[in-house]
Amino acid sequence: MTEAFPFAAIVGQDNMKMAMILTAVDPKIGGVLVFGDRGTGKSTAVRALAALLPQITAIKGCPINAETIKDVPEWAELTRFEPHQRATPVIDLPLGVSEDRVTGALDIERALTQGEKAFQPGLLAHANRGYLYIDEVNLLEDHIVDLLLDVAQSGENLVEREGLSIRHPARFVLVGSGNPEEGELRPQLLDRFGLSVEVTSPKTIEERISVIERRDAFDQNPKRFLSKWKRQELNVRAAIIDARTALAKIKKTKAVLRDCAELCLALGADGLRGELTLLRASRALAAYEGQTSIQRAHLQAVAPLALSHRLRRDPLDEAGSSARVARVVEDVLG
Amino acid sequence: MTQGFDNWVKTLLALRLLRANPNGLKGLVIRARSGPIRDRLIEIIQNAAPALYKIYPNMSDEQLFGGLDLVQTLQKQKLVYAQGLLARSAWAQLCMAERCDGGLAAKLGQALDDGRIAPLIVFDEGKDEETAPQALRDRVGFWVDLEDVSLADLEMVKFEPAPKAQLAVVSARPEDIAALVDLAARFGIHSARAAQFALTCARTHAALAGRNALSAEDIEIAATLIYPSRATLMPEAPEAPPEQTPEPEQDSAQEQAKSAQDSGLSALPQELLIEAVKALLPSDFLSRLVSTGAQRSAVGTGAGNSRKSKTRGRPAPSRPGRLDGQSRVDVIATLRSAAPWQKLRAARKPQRSTIMIFPSDIHFKRYEQRAERLVIFIVDASGSAAMARLAEAKGAVELLLAEAYARRDYVALIAFRGASGNLMLPPTRSLVQTKRRLSALAGGGGTPLAGGLQAAGILAQKALSQGKTPVLALLTDGRTNISLDGSADRQKAAEDAALMAGWISGLGIKSVVMDVARSPNPALADLAQTLRAEYYPMPRADAHGLTQTVHRVLDN
Repeated sequence: MTEAFPFAAIVGQDNMKMAMILTAVDPKIGGVLVFGDRGTGKSTAVRALAALLPQITAIKGCPINAETIKDVPEWAELTRFEPHQRATPVIDLPLGVSEDRVTGALDIERALTQGEKAFQPGLLAHANRGYLYIDEVNLLEDHIVDLLLDVAQSGENLVEREGLSIRHPARFVLVGSGNPEEGELRPQLLDRFGLSVEVTSPKTIEERISVIERRDAFDQNPKRFLSKWKRQELNVRAAIIDARTALAKIKKTKAVLRDCAELCLALGADGLRGELTLLRASRALAAYEGQTSIQRAHLQAVAPLALSHRLRRDPLDEAGSSARVARVVEDVLG
Repeated sequence: MTQGFDNWVKTLLALRLLRANPNGLKGLVIRARSGPIRDRLIEIIQNAAPALYKIYPNMSDEQLFGGLDLVQTLQKQKLVYAQGLLARSAWAQLCMAERCDGGLAAKLGQALDDGRIAPLIVFDEGKDEETAPQALRDRVGFWVDLEDVSLADLEMVKFEPAPKAQLAVVSARPEDIAALVDLAARFGIHSARAAQFALTCARTHAALAGRNALSAEDIEIAATLIYPSRATLMPEAPEAPPEQTPEPEQDSAQEQAKSAQDSGLSALPQELLIEAVKALLPSDFLSRLVSTGAQRSAVGTGAGNSRKSKTRGRPAPSRPGRLDGQSRVDVIATLRSAAPWQKLRAARKPQRSTIMIFPSDIHFKRYEQRAERLVIFIVDASGSAAMARLAEAKGAVELLLAEAYARRDYVALIAFRGASGNLMLPPTRSLVQTKRRLSALAGGGGTPLAGGLQAAGILAQKALSQGKTPVLALLTDGRTNISLDGSADRQKAAEDAALMAGWISGLGIKSVVMDVARSPNPALADLAQTLRAEYYPMPRADAHGLTQTVHRVLDN
């Protein structure tokens, strides 16, 4: 794969795009889960996200993308400390990956040739301060899921194997995609995602036609297509950067907090995590839209994303969980 | 012309296009049992492909994607990686694709997406509802079915490989794209990939013919090659009586399409295109629609819950462990984990000159295997069993499924009413799919208990062959009145039901019978005995009660 399809050129799928932008504005929201049918542009959107993310400052050559010199781990054995700008890492976690590759393990080359014990960092190290993307997340092997759950919770990767004892920070945003018809996701993993989106095929013929037209134009001549969309792409990126700085200044009123709590209570969403995510996501949305305080409209827009995967599942309810959220939002916020 | 002949011509054309544009069209799914037709096609593929390698569903990731080459590494004292099969620039051939699990399908799908495999030939030997994983099929351009092809068809056409040359750039007008997308929507094809493939296919066809703009013929050929096998809807279905569609319209549709070409129209009218695609719909299309309702995937291949086994199945990454006399030691992985330490260990015990392996180095092979339980509900949807019962059964199925994650169960539902038993919900773990199908389930009519048991027995046998453990849960009032051959004869119906029950108990399948009649039916208790099933009279059961009973039986 050479060039990614530009994010701004994705037709429709507004919820998915919004969720991705919100996590880019505030990584603390904690990741996006995209669930939907085949051929609806899930993978395309995630791959496009990388180009959209603002650059970060990191020490050159540091395996965990440390920001300052004192954060560079000893085992990295860097001799020169030179900060530079680099793209936010978006690391792919392929299915069937071995535990060694994920956590990092003994550096076999060094051990073989020099008889030295050295640590070779894994995917979790590389994803630090960036994104970890898992395609077909519902098919991931159980022991890898366990490992991810623990690391995503603590923000730290602890390696105790082959006589090594190493810990390093691993704070990343999880992005997962999958098709619910192929298997359900473990509730514990579901909970680690801040926002969840259900995507479906576009409803109108016009939308479908423009999906194919744009994709076709991209396939025929990627360079020309990218330059045509460059301006929009940069606009989105600039808006994300602006929103990041504005984030701290966004006001939240008592009324908004109350709405959040009432919503979660009415839906029976487990724990405070839902409330917190709801608040963070609506603040990010307010910032992205260039407003100074959180409005009810923001809550209404992000509630289905932040809450629909946190509901106790009711198999006898015919409507999907997003429909339930929408219904309750209607009731509570009017 | 017969459908078989059409399919064969289609297959050869697909292969020709694929050879010309492997990166755009990605591959071909061939559904055929082994036999002379398939052998012939394999021969043609071998001649057409520049090089070919085979992938089997039980290959390990290391074989497919590459990994550390230990021998070379130790010899050269530096890291040497062995290349996997996928690194070869050749055509890939996936054999026995119906055995391919979701995990492998996802990995191959990713490789198809980023162009590491181009193209992939998928051989699907599945029977009935068994198919190659949907995730893989969706990413491959052509699907062909050779089931109806006869030997005589083979002799009538020859495969002409396209000349190897750079494909010319073909322009597509917006209305061409619109026509293809609109057509996909009318046939209920939702994946954007289908329309994309159709467009690429039309372009390739035009390029091979030396054109640099799409013609009506290119569009028609692309639509008829890509769409019929993916269709889930019959356009303007409600008015058209189903019997009319397959045979009689076929010829006229093609003639119409032909005449449109001859008259040199620049774009085919949409209706003609629809007719052309319709004519090529698979012969079992309508029955498929009836049995499954409007949904996309033919089967719940529902992967994701395979169990780790020590002895059988597809290899999974090996893990360290202690010798227990049962597991198989993975020698390579053990050596690999010991290798780095040899210098250090040798320094401690200089008198030993052999490789030193410590217990902590031992790695075991692990295999993935499907060994899940399949709960088959056989529900009486007849007029005599009150309609309310049906709603409760639906509820019980969904409740069981909601717990499926923890219990690792699959659920299937067979409803019997009218003349026979029908598979309403193929084995699945997906709540989404279940809801969609159950909402379409209706009740009323006679009580063909024997037919229901027969359908359940067949499904259970299939599950056994896939390594699942089937369990039957029968919900009925036992007032059977339709025999196996569909005649309304109470005596015969009861005999047939007993016959079927005997057959099922002979298969060694555990079952439970829930009598939902208002007063318990002694005949049904007898039947339960023949089934060697536990018998529960449940005159007032609700969804929760049913679920609990099933659990109670399952857990014993």
